Amino acid sequence: MTDQLDLMISRVRKGRMNRREFIGRTSAMGISAGLAGALFTKAAHADEPVKGGILRAGVAGGESTNSLDPALAASDVPYMINRTWGETLVDVDANGAVEMRVAEEVSSNADATEWKFKIRAGVEYHGGGTVTAEDVVATLKRHTDEKSQSGALGIVQGIAEMTAEGDMVTLKLASAAADLPFLIADYHLNIQPGGGVDAPAAGIGTGAYKVVASEPGVITTFERFANYWDSSRGHADAVEVLSINDNTARTAAIQSGQVHLINRVDPKIVELLAGNTDVVIEQVAGPGHYVFIMHCDKAPFDNNDLRMALKMSVNRGEMVEKILGGFGTPGNDFPINAAYPLFDDSLPQREYDAAAAAEFYKKSGHDGSPILLQVAPGAFPGAVDAANLFAASANAAGVPLQVKLEPDDGYWSDIWNVAPFCASYWGGRPVQDQMYTTAYLSTAEWNDTKFKNAKFDELLLAARGELDNAKRKGLYSEMAHIVRDEGGLILPMFNDWVEGRRAEVGGWIADPQGTLMNGTALNKCWLTA
Amino acid sequence: MHPVLKLVTQRLALGLLLLLAVSVVIFLGVEALPGDTAQAILGQSATPQALANLREQMGLNEPPLTRYFSWLGGILTGDLGTALTNGADIAQSIKQRLGNTLFLAGCAAVISVPLAIVLGLIAARYAGRWPDKLISGVTLTTISLPEFVAAYFVIFLLTQLIPIFQPVAMVLPGMGFWAKLNAVALPVIVLVMVVLAHMMRMTRAAILNVMQSAYIETAELKGLSPMTVIWRHAFPNAIAPVVSVVMLNLAYLVVGVVVVEVVFSYNALGQYLVDHVTKRDLPVVQAVGLIFAAVYIFLNMLADIIGILANPRLRHPK
Repeated sequence: MTDQLDLMISRVRKGRMNRREFIGRTSAMGISAGLAGALFTKAAHADEPVKGGILRAGVAGGESTNSLDPALAASDVPYMINRTWGETLVDVDANGAVEMRVAEEVSSNADATEWKFKIRAGVEYHGGGTVTAEDVVATLKRHTDEKSQSGALGIVQGIAEMTAEGDMVTLKLASAAADLPFLIADYHLNIQPGGGVDAPAAGIGTGAYKVVASEPGVITTFERFANYWDSSRGHADAVEVLSINDNTARTAAIQSGQVHLINRVDPKIVELLAGNTDVVIEQVAGPGHYVFIMHCDKAPFDNNDLRMALKMSVNRGEMVEKILGGFGTPGNDFPINAAYPLFDDSLPQREYDAAAAAEFYKKSGHDGSPILLQVAPGAFPGAVDAANLFAASANAAGVPLQVKLEPDDGYWSDIWNVAPFCASYWGGRPVQDQMYTTAYLSTAEWNDTKFKNAKFDELLLAARGELDNAKRKGLYSEMAHIVRDEGGLILPMFNDWVEGRRAEVGGWIADPQGTLMNGTALNKCWLTA
Repeated sequence: MHPVLKLVTQRLALGLLLLLAVSVVIFLGVEALPGDTAQAILGQSATPQALANLREQMGLNEPPLTRYFSWLGGILTGDLGTALTNGADIAQSIKQRLGNTLFLAGCAAVISVPLAIVLGLIAARYAGRWPDKLISGVTLTTISLPEFVAAYFVIFLLTQLIPIFQPVAMVLPGMGFWAKLNAVALPVIVLVMVVLAHMMRMTRAAILNVMQSAYIETAELKGLSPMTVIWRHAFPNAIAPVVSVVMLNLAYLVVGVVVVEVVFSYNALGQYLVDHVTKRDLPVVQAVGLIFAAVYIFLNMLADIIGILANPRLRHPK
């Protein structure tokens, strides 16, 4: 048992195991949760942060069209940059719990329709002045404005009334939302002076680092903000985000030490890096997933038997192995996995079953004409290969699936959400409610499977106002069953975050919420050499 | 008017006309791309509401003809406008990136042009013998490699096996000249590999062509050494074709190196253009397209003029 415990502690030290998993496993060994918690804290803090140095991240997903305006961020580089200079009211930590940042207290009324955020005193902006409740309201209002083009518009739209009083911000919601703090943690909602109305792209916030210079799509340099309120963050003297879109150059850059952290390590080359002692590959199961989506309201996909036939003819294990190089987990045709709180892991895993697929196909009465799956290389990494694997296993079951190759150009405007059957991806959301609300509610704008189910909608709304977690979990489980067995979603795999760090980078934590420790890697990591 | 001056004026006027035509072609090309600017900017996460707002804000609801002429007016007054995507001043962004493009092209040219000509002369001198075969063999091999393969090869060789350079070649304001040179070393090596063979082969072919002439035989009979014959007598008459190939390659170094820029994350115009094409940022695409067209036209014009000046028959027309 000691060996096992040592092993687990060393995994915690390396940031390979989170608190939830650690306590779960140690209690299975008969250790009390209290002791396990203490052990975890000790193990996780075994390495003391080292101050100084310049920490550099090489990040894929940056363009010269990027801006420092947090409302407009949509790819990984601006995401990383926003998370480095700015902070939101609250954050979601690596264990999926709400973490206080600019706000120091959150409370709601009994039916989750009114939320109060107490603003932390003395949180300073890089440009001088401290955060006021008025700034917070102005920030949220800016994202609510339909002209702002904010990526968080959908999140803040449901707030009917915002008021600032002293150090208290009160948000009155149009309808109950037990998950509001998780939604407010969205990375677009960095608190800006005056709400960022006058200078949205100034890059001035309250984060551990302040922007020194920024060249879109190239490099953004930061220096430590001396007056930052939280001493547990901001260890390096300066940090940099380099935009390196080419896989080979990014990998070479971390190998040669030009950068210390990189995102999106190509699964194909992980094996090649295994012998390199300078680079550590970090792998975290996240909520992101790759999908094939059918429009439930268009022939032939309006027939649930045909949808089931297609769902049965995906060889998920093969796809995880061949498309993700093993860096992922098979999907179960609903968009939730263990990265979400209140996940029901008792649903049986759907497997490839040619006989069942053939039976469903026969029952559907489809005329035998080819079923077209439209796919472009950019739908997700390996999309075309995945579609071909899908077609091969479907054809083996007698389902006439055919792949139609589309250009990347215009794919998101002309094919996705337009064509009845195509490939796509989702990055996942911090909570189940947000994921379902974004893409599976009948009235959702991004309902890309055209899934309309009254019972499902009812359950979703009921879960929002349900503050009892056991009951909510039951509701979510029921919804998962509905999407899995009646929805238009084929979800063959969840992709892991596969990232690289130099061995001299300390403080790495496995964080499923987002890439590079949910965007906080530069704030939380340090250089030991 | 002096015939050369007249010729230059004619070429300039023709060049401007060409530029205008190019601007129309670029505009039509971007219009014909699938999808629209607003959708391309917002990507998969576009809500109909955000799309409508963005279209209105960017003036995309105006007819194309109106947009084209208002932009052309801006160009003539030196105002390139702001990028639709991030609101950055286009002239400002282009200025810095054009500087980087010219720096990279300049470094590559300073090495490759003299090297190619010297190698070409040597190859011509020893035509058909082993130095010729070696030079041709090596340069033809490097030009046959696709740029990104050559780039990955030098990354592997010079950052992993022999770690003397850095794979990411960003050039930033405030960097010293030597730091800049060190940063662009790898892309310069790749570009030299890519452009060398073309210029070398042309020099060799042009010289060998001239070597058949009677006056070369005279020079040889005078007892001059083979290298002197080539340098003093053959080369001046081979300049015109060599210069035009050199200019073509210089133009390529300025406008055609986007693959190399992307592989090395070099922040120059090519990558800037491609990013903005992807987002349908029309003003930027047109501005950069025009600059590229202008570079092409200017360099070709220069090749023409040098060719004429190098040829006495054209310099003094009867």
